[in-house]
Amino acid sequence: MILVYVDSDELSAQAVGFARTLGDLHAVTFAGPYQPTAWAKALAAQDADAIVAAGSDRGNELLAHVGAILDQPFAANVIAIDGDMVTRVRWGGSLLEEARLHGAPKLLTVAPHTQPAAEIGDVETLDAPDDGSPKVLERVEESSGGVSLRDAKVVVSGGRGVGSAEGFAIIEELAGLLGAAVGCSRVVTSAGWRPHADQVGQTGTKISADLYVACGISGATQHIAGAKGAKKILAINTDPEAPIFASADYAVIGDLHEVVPAISAELKRVRG
Amino acid sequence: MRTLVCVKRVPMTGGKMVLTADGQALETKHLGFTISPHEECAVEEAVRIGGEVVVLTLGPAEAEEQLRDCMAIGADRGILLKTSEEWDAQSTAGAIVDAIRGEEAFDLILFGNESADAAGFQVGIRVAHALGLPVVTGLKKIEVGEGRVRCERDVGGARDVYEAPLPAVLTVLEGLNLPRYPSVPGRLRAKSKPLAVVEPARPEQKLEKLRLVVPEGQGKQAEVLEDAAQVVAVMQSLGVA
Repeated sequence: MILVYVDSDELSAQAVGFARTLGDLHAVTFAGPYQPTAWAKALAAQDADAIVAAGSDRGNELLAHVGAILDQPFAANVIAIDGDMVTRVRWGGSLLEEARLHGAPKLLTVAPHTQPAAEIGDVETLDAPDDGSPKVLERVEESSGGVSLRDAKVVVSGGRGVGSAEGFAIIEELAGLLGAAVGCSRVVTSAGWRPHADQVGQTGTKISADLYVACGISGATQHIAGAKGAKKILAINTDPEAPIFASADYAVIGDLHEVVPAISAELKRVRG
Repeated sequence: MRTLVCVKRVPMTGGKMVLTADGQALETKHLGFTISPHEECAVEEAVRIGGEVVVLTLGPAEAEEQLRDCMAIGADRGILLKTSEEWDAQSTAGAIVDAIRGEEAFDLILFGNESADAAGFQVGIRVAHALGLPVVTGLKKIEVGEGRVRCERDVGGARDVYEAPLPAVLTVLEGLNLPRYPSVPGRLRAKSKPLAVVEPARPEQKLEKLRLVVPEGQGKQAEVLEDAAQVVAVMQSLGVA
């Protein structure tokens, strides 16, 4: 039996799609405040050949707890499995690892957006008695001004090439015209030009926009890991050899300080 | 207050992934090294919290460089668990637990939520279980109080609040703080801070790496657009303008 932890996350439907290829499925969830250690104890107590979850924050956390409780290896963010052989994601997807997953039950999470979603079907709600371990005490909603980076249909981002915090005015103008969220690269947040919440990347936000506009961003793997969820990437850079162009669908070779205002002006012109 | 921060030496990868001929590792001949970004924030947080800060890594002899970097921004001493090969997460956690048991108890043990390279998402959690300590992960805010710690985790437009009694294990994310750069005097002081080197035996690997592979489809041929009119035409064709 393949035990799958599911929640309301869309990634759970992808994990179910993957797990169903492994055998008979038993989908489970929990009620009440999130309490990872207690929930993992309940998962670990099930008699399963494999325990699977989405490679989400919760999925990876729960499976790590299960691995610790059962003293078994856990493979995070798997994209393929064949017997003991797993292929899993490293470096935010910039590299793959082929490994042998010893031990039983097999513990793994499914890398986000690498598998088709499936109907989840019946879900059993497991009991997880409060064991006194840390749990969510309250949820504080954040009053968000503007478009959320994670869910925006268009993201306009600036990198080192923008040059300063003030330089983002032209990025913000274009984003405003497109109803887009403003993003940036890690160099920008490290320099303090933008808050970390704006960072697109392996250690920032992973976007899923229809269009990503990368302005003055060289395209380090750290950045691409966050940007590649976009359906199309348009890169603006003075350097035709910039690595960003190897991940881009559209390229403008030029100085963003001229190109970005020109795009904004053209948008205003065509809209009359 | 005594805090342990666990870090990992990783290459600064730049724009392209290139593997060694045997497919066992990244080719790092032309790369510099750092620690995972989440861990930079863990070290910064530990220094801000104050008290004794010990920084630990499991890695090659060269990882002393990363421990000295952490000492340059304020860690007091280092522990290097010296290895010659990559270790899986389970055996890494085991070696860290052994090292912690040889130390006076820590109030806080900090990790990055996941390493930049292997990204196993589990070493901190395994260490917590082995030591019987509470653990909270993925944190962007930590407030240490009297015998307790209050922490917050981003959950897409909201923050979940947790509390744990000390001692505790916490794993953090970049964005927790803005790490400082080491000062020149800091670097000089770091050279003479104590460093303990231990060589643990490598157990059998239960998540046994066989080889690394660069995924396909990383060399797109972008369509070059010549002017703003072409850019706007593309935006219109994508239905976003």
